[in-house]
Amino acid sequence: MEKTNFELIEKRAKRRKLTTRILTYIMLVVWALVVLFPFYWMILTSFKSYSSYNGEYIPKMYATDPTFDNYKEAFQSVNLGRYFLNTIIFTVVTTLLMVAVTVLAAYAFARLDFKGKNLLFTLFLALMMIPNELVIITNFVTITNMGLRNTFTGLILPSVTSIFYIYLLKENFEQIPDELYKAAKVDGTSDLKYLFKVMIPISRPTIVTILILKVIECWNSFVWPRLITDNSLYFLVSNGIQEIRENGFGRENIPAMMAAVVVISIPLIILFLVFRKKIMEGVSRGGLKG
Amino acid sequence: MKKKKSNAIWYLLPALIFLGVFMVYPLFDVAVYSVEEGYNSASQTYNGIGIYNFRYVLRDPYFLQALKNTLILVLITVPLSTGLALLISLGLNSITKLKDLFHTIYFLPYVTNTLAVGLVFMILFKKTPYSEGFVNLIINMFGGQSVDFIEGPYWAKMLVMSIYTIWIVLPFKVLILTSSLASVNPDYYKAAKVDGTSGFRIFTKITLPMISPMIFYLIITGFIGAFKAYSDVVAIFGTNLNAAGMNTIVGYIYDMLYGDSGGYPSYASAAALILFVIVLTITVINLIVRKKNESYS
Repeated sequence: MEKTNFELIEKRAKRRKLTTRILTYIMLVVWALVVLFPFYWMILTSFKSYSSYNGEYIPKMYATDPTFDNYKEAFQSVNLGRYFLNTIIFTVVTTLLMVAVTVLAAYAFARLDFKGKNLLFTLFLALMMIPNELVIITNFVTITNMGLRNTFTGLILPSVTSIFYIYLLKENFEQIPDELYKAAKVDGTSDLKYLFKVMIPISRPTIVTILILKVIECWNSFVWPRLITDNSLYFLVSNGIQEIRENGFGRENIPAMMAAVVVISIPLIILFLVFRKKIMEGVSRGGLKG
Repeated sequence: MKKKKSNAIWYLLPALIFLGVFMVYPLFDVAVYSVEEGYNSASQTYNGIGIYNFRYVLRDPYFLQALKNTLILVLITVPLSTGLALLISLGLNSITKLKDLFHTIYFLPYVTNTLAVGLVFMILFKKTPYSEGFVNLIINMFGGQSVDFIEGPYWAKMLVMSIYTIWIVLPFKVLILTSSLASVNPDYYKAAKVDGTSGFRIFTKITLPMISPMIFYLIITGFIGAFKAYSDVVAIFGTNLNAAGMNTIVGYIYDMLYGDSGGYPSYASAAALILFVIVLTITVINLIVRKKNESYS
């Protein structure tokens, strides 16, 4: 009697465990579908021809006769190639400048001694609380007065500094043992040489993380480029998408729009799939969206 | 010693120049702009100094609409996204099979272009003469009436906006929560298991207290992020947000600065300072609560 009771309880517990497990998986699969569906939809629509897209009152979940025409259209009637090139130039130059500025500043804070170091670093951290919206007004006026609207210089300069990355790298630099620095000093190595020969190689993983996060940020930037460019020769992809959306392809050509969206999204998705671990680790250490 | 000091300056100089020109100076400048009354951006002259700009902004129906939209968006999306993220993270943490796959998929929206995917959302919700749109077809399937989500009633537009916002912010929250759930010391769970504690009790007595600082952090950053909503709204409703009645505080600032309605840096500055005060208040609350928690533990 006792034994069967025990078995019954165990059986019940097992069943309950199974139900929770199944419910968990159902929830996870549903959310995965919600996340993936817009991607599926844009790829699907980009392969539908203009006439078949508009002919389907009830949109089909597959393309009846897949076509690459939309991709041709996206590159031909809108200057998508140009937007792409602009974004690449903007991203590469901004990211490289950012890394240079960040490495130097982080090195000064982590290794070099100077008066008022702690005070200056506290001020740096306090600046992290300043929302971009507050300073963008003056930057807009500054860049306009300097005649730098619709130039790469105007686009890039205010986008360079990220205090958070200086902080992140400084923390990383500080983990490198002091003894190494002292030994190098005894050997007569200069500070700059020590930075390049020892610090940077050791901290390479963090630097790569910072690089990737900045690339994502640059690729998706929209607000500053929108303020500072009104000549479509200097549009970045985000502004290009907005332009396509508002002035389109002369007609509301949604499949071509979707082709443009796919083309714009692919580079970052590839970057993400390659550096998945690094990106997720970097973001969870304090990266913020926005 | 003296040589070292001059040395450090050279390393810091680039950062100091960039921050000085594009962050510190603008900070003072925005305060100056905000009190210059009747500023004319063409002649760069103003009539006087005072708080007129703030009074103007706080009475501007467009600003009040933007404030209302932003508040509604904050109040809907922050609790919902945090709750949903918690639910998903708990689920993700309890499985072993396919965990990596799900985790990767959930993070995807973080690395996609807000404007680009916003366009897809717009199309999914949009009702056109050719088609009801995907979402409306699903509503019809369940016997509901079609709604014009993009140019229709206010609640419908707000709904699309909230759904898109949640879709966009969830990756960050899920990532933070799963890593904080995984870092809870497994010994606690083992001890609870030996004692025969129920699952619900384990959750409320162990899991929740252990990850509550992170949940709090997510709510705070969620508030700040939602108060700064802009790009995602533009992605769905286009750049003329006032016409759509869907402007946000940040959108109002940019409209005052630039474009057809622009040329008023003073009003933009006043609105930006109001936004800053809101964000700063939330940050300070964050710091106070965190201090209190630390003194308890």
